[in-house]
Amino acid sequence: MRADGTFIAVEVSDEAAADAALAAKLTEACPVDIYAQATDGALELVERNLDECVLCGLCLVAAPQDTVRVIKLYDGEACLAAV
Amino acid sequence: MRFFEYEAREVVKRAGIPVTDYGFTTEASEAKQIAERIGGPTVIKSQVLTGGRMKAGGVKFADTPEEAEAHARDILALEINGHMPRGVLVDPKAEVAQEYYAGVVWDGTRKQPVMIFSPVGGIDIEQVAEEQPEKVGRRHFSNILPLSDFEAKEVIASTGVTGSALNKLVPIVTRLAKLFVENDMTLAEINPLGQLKDGSFVALDAHMDIENEARGRHKKLLADLGVGDEETRQAREATPFELAGEEVDATDHRGVAGNVTEFDGNLGLVIGAGGGSLTLFDAVRAHGGEPANYCEIGGNPSVAKACGLAKLVLQKPGVDKIAVMMSIVSNTRVDIVARGVIKACLELGYDPAEKIAIFRIPGAWEEEGFKILEKYGVEYADRSVSLNEAARRAVEKIQGVAP
Repeated sequence: MRADGTFIAVEVSDEAAADAALAAKLTEACPVDIYAQATDGALELVERNLDECVLCGLCLVAAPQDTVRVIKLYDGEACLAAV
Repeated sequence: MRFFEYEAREVVKRAGIPVTDYGFTTEASEAKQIAERIGGPTVIKSQVLTGGRMKAGGVKFADTPEEAEAHARDILALEINGHMPRGVLVDPKAEVAQEYYAGVVWDGTRKQPVMIFSPVGGIDIEQVAEEQPEKVGRRHFSNILPLSDFEAKEVIASTGVTGSALNKLVPIVTRLAKLFVENDMTLAEINPLGQLKDGSFVALDAHMDIENEARGRHKKLLADLGVGDEETRQAREATPFELAGEEVDATDHRGVAGNVTEFDGNLGLVIGAGGGSLTLFDAVRAHGGEPANYCEIGGNPSVAKACGLAKLVLQKPGVDKIAVMMSIVSNTRVDIVARGVIKACLELGYDPAEKIAIFRIPGAWEEEGFKILEKYGVEYADRSVSLNEAARRAVEKIQGVAP
């Protein structure tokens, strides 16, 4: 799944998006509420909050490697590197 | 925040400065009772936070309680400069031998209070200073140490006052200085300070302003005076534009993006940071620019909040461009503000490169911020460009001097 804001896009692999435990972890980790959990436990991306991303990288730390990508649309789609 | 006269008189009274046996009321019938208690001629004064009340008919003299009631009724219904009175003050008509002036004001340049005294009271001190400068004594004093008796004496004596009057005035002046400092005031003025026929002194009118930011330190005093938290007591009512700015700032807890003041120029300002907003506002004017507004942004507001403020300013009638400028001291993230102001332009259908005259915010995350600005073709400046120079460039651009 992928959602695009004006400046930031977030892409999550389908497998990771279906993982309820990971969805809960991402929801807790993000300081600006880009991630939310649907009633069935699956991950949701909150589009209105995408541009609030502070590039903290906490979602990248919370998720298995390469399952979540934070993309800077203003920088040639460069991906935020995991800390 | 300005106090009504009846509140200022109470502050004066609590400081141990003699006042007349006045009364405050919101009812004409009670004005009669106060006049009966006073037992002589009275003055009925409208309690409004604006000048010119005498000329507008907001001050009337009464010989009897019945007359005091009638005047109170008229004054309570009288609007002065768009202000309805809070109530009326019923004051004994004092037999005054001479009117003096005593005041303390905050000197923002020296960052110290300054005591001002004159034996010519009852008129504006500015007029006395212009027409009889030798009759105005001044002295700065410490923010920490109290104004001493000898310092007060020097100020008073410098205006030619001597003898018993000098001795009686010293405690009044020192108490006024004390109440000014203790209550975080920016103005504490007794004018006139009346000398009665028996030689005693009494405060006949008082004007006081407390520092808005200090209100939290004086909750008890404000509660005692009946001043509610909701009473801003600004010089004028907030405009719809300013109220909309408050709403933007209230959207979430992060940072500041508001404190908007409306002006009628064509250059919208999104400015802030540690006094930077005032400096930038002045710089724009110094270069011949006409600000459409003053505002404050800083402390890392959300993108939505920065966007909301920029949209508000951009939508203000008459605004051609906005200048986004901050000092480096705020540590507000450059990229967050850049996103906010560019998003505002895009959502309103404007080209950010056209609408943003200049973006001068150096500091945290500036590399990311500058990448965003470059993508949208917005002219930006880093810390090598001064606030003054950034303001100059913005003004040139809006005046069509620069491309």
